[in-house]
Amino acid sequence: MKIIFSILILLTILSCKSNNEVKLGPIDKNLAKKGEEIFEMKCSVCHKIDEKYVGPPIRGVTKRRKPEWIMDMILNPVEMTQKDPIAKQLLAEYLIQMTFQNVSKEDARALLEYFRSIDEENKK
Amino acid sequence: MKGGGSMRNFLIWVTIFIISIFVGCAPRKEAALSDIAQKIYVAPGSHDEFYVFFSGGFGGHVTVYGIPSGRVLKVIKVFQQDPETGWGYSEETRPMLMTSYGFIPWDDTHHPWLSQTNGEYDGRWLFINANNVPRIARIDLRFFETTEIIEIPNSAGNHSSPYGTENTEYVVAGTRFSIPIPQRDVPIESYKDNFKGTISFIKADEPGKMDIAFQILMPGFNYDLARCGRGPSHGWCFFTSYNSEQAYTLLEVNASRNDKDYIAAINWKKAEECIAQGKYQEMPATYYHNYYDEEKHMAVSEVKKSVKVINPKDCPGVAYFLPTPKSPHGVDVSDDGEYIVGGGKLATVIPIHSFSKMLKAIEQKAFEKDIDGIPVLKYDAVLNCEVEKPCLGPLHTEFDGKGYAYTSCFVSSEIVKYEYKTCKVVDRAPAYYSIGHLLVMGGDTRKPQGKYMIAMNKITKDRQLPVGPELLQSAQLYDISGDKIRLISEFYTLGEPHYAQGILASKIKENIAKIYPLEKNKHPFAVKSEKEARVERKGNVVHVYMASIRSHFTPDNIEGIRVGDTVYFHVTNLEQDWDIPHGFAVMGSEDAEILVMPGQTRTLKWIPKSPGVYPFYCTDFCSALHQEMQGYVRVSPSGSNIPLKYYTGLPSPQSQK
Repeated sequence: MKIIFSILILLTILSCKSNNEVKLGPIDKNLAKKGEEIFEMKCSVCHKIDEKYVGPPIRGVTKRRKPEWIMDMILNPVEMTQKDPIAKQLLAEYLIQMTFQNVSKEDARALLEYFRSIDEENKK
Repeated sequence: MKGGGSMRNFLIWVTIFIISIFVGCAPRKEAALSDIAQKIYVAPGSHDEFYVFFSGGFGGHVTVYGIPSGRVLKVIKVFQQDPETGWGYSEETRPMLMTSYGFIPWDDTHHPWLSQTNGEYDGRWLFINANNVPRIARIDLRFFETTEIIEIPNSAGNHSSPYGTENTEYVVAGTRFSIPIPQRDVPIESYKDNFKGTISFIKADEPGKMDIAFQILMPGFNYDLARCGRGPSHGWCFFTSYNSEQAYTLLEVNASRNDKDYIAAINWKKAEECIAQGKYQEMPATYYHNYYDEEKHMAVSEVKKSVKVINPKDCPGVAYFLPTPKSPHGVDVSDDGEYIVGGGKLATVIPIHSFSKMLKAIEQKAFEKDIDGIPVLKYDAVLNCEVEKPCLGPLHTEFDGKGYAYTSCFVSSEIVKYEYKTCKVVDRAPAYYSIGHLLVMGGDTRKPQGKYMIAMNKITKDRQLPVGPELLQSAQLYDISGDKIRLISEFYTLGEPHYAQGILASKIKENIAKIYPLEKNKHPFAVKSEKEARVERKGNVVHVYMASIRSHFTPDNIEGIRVGDTVYFHVTNLEQDWDIPHGFAVMGSEDAEILVMPGQTRTLKWIPKSPGVYPFYCTDFCSALHQEMQGYVRVSPSGSNIPLKYYTGLPSPQSQK
């Protein structure tokens, strides 16, 4: 049963044009800085670092979710909230469709790096 | 009994016969209907084959329809203040409606004209004229928004416009009403001495750079419609004129005396030569050029002070008159560029001139006379043929690319189809009622698509469900792909469409913008992130730098505004998602709302008059929490010392000044 469910989830995620295989190395500070700038302009109206706002707080997201999931959510939020079980659940909780903010794949990668740098800070 | 029996037999036979008619004919009729229904059926969720742009007439707008379905796709605001979007109300768009006469909130749009390259629609821009206060607007077809407006000086009744050239080098403008040029206080009875017409050529191929290249001074007739040449006739434009009688009262009678008026043929390449040789007069004139910067999200007005005017006497060869019966309205050039059709609205024939014969007549000086330095060519020397008894009141003509012309006939409410080389009539179809312009898809280009034709009618009467004394104008859609014209559908149009043009959707739909990129927003009052949202006071002027996103404003609470302040709400929509505009309205505002597209900034000016707390809210349903998208402005009495304070969420110390 568990296996079937897992396969189903996997298939669903794959069907979302998943960003399979995001390679993570040590944190690239320049990329994280770029990510922070993009975040300020395009995301910060709805997401705060620690506060539950229009959307969930950012801190800890890289611990909660896989990097591929984070990038999929940034690049394809509508399809994710239709198909991905976690995204569906988040939509049901927050009742606001997360919007695509006209970012490139590179921008999404920079955002991910910024989120990683926040969570890295957390550890210290 | 016998008699009754034969009567009964007769009735039975009649009944059988009638039934046989139904049985025999009904399926065929059904097939015909379903065939027609298929031609106009566009399944839900699928797209039409053509965009068609209808002028709004006295509505001042352009309406976009999908054809063949007849669905309304958009109303483009042009020469009008529009409370729905804030066009002409917001600080950014008000300059678009500035003229030398002041701020003009209205006009009368007549003729949409799609930009061309090599005589075919290129899908870049749509131009449209304002008839009352002479202007031409450019609509950018990436946004379907008006982005430029130029005023035409030395002009009145800008009707023969914009009808540009085949590479969009120029759009044109002619005076339907002659006036004293330059304007001055003279008796109207001095018409013949003091009133003149002008024909203007406006540079159109570069956005933001529309400019009057030159004007040609013409005799005081009424210059009614225009078309520029294509192919062999590229370099020439043609203008109909009526009132060669130069009447200035009861024109209905007094301007209908002459059997022939004229089509003016203007050689604009010659005019360019004369300008280069200095054969013109620089005439003082004040006119506005308004340009909307897509990155600053703001229009600016530039006031121009002079214009180059060519007198045909100083530039021989720039203009000729082609005699044309009688009070001609439309003038249309065939797809091959060789034939010039005059819509002689009071004539019993449709005269078709030949461009090559015209050139020959000019070469041989086959002139009848001269009017103010403009040679009048001999009618027989330029005529190709006359369509005999075509209909009553012929007006406008378009072409299908297969050698046929279609002319609309106002008085007899019909469209007549004929071979334009031989003037032989081949078909006709009724229009309901009193048709003005007609259009064929691509009908004024080198390569018309044919396929569909639309009649734009002036009178609707019983065609639609009655809705009181005023009715929308009816339009009919015809299939012209076969030998016979077939009426296939009918729909109703906003304002009073005069003319329309249709372009294959595939030519533009891939280039259409879905958002304005936030990175490119250079509006001086834009906020690029929520952090930049703030309120600043400069004396009695308060600037609110506001951000909007689903589903809140930042800031959403503002205090410290005083009676006597002028408040500017500069709202930036931080969304970067297609079709998610936010609106902004504040209670008691004497202006309209503003609608702000994703990535755009718009400004609403507000002068609160009495103390109190004023709610503002988002007017465009944006999300499940749209009803929560609101805020308050506290207005205190004049001279109050309540400090300026603003926040979203709980007030935090750093948001206070």
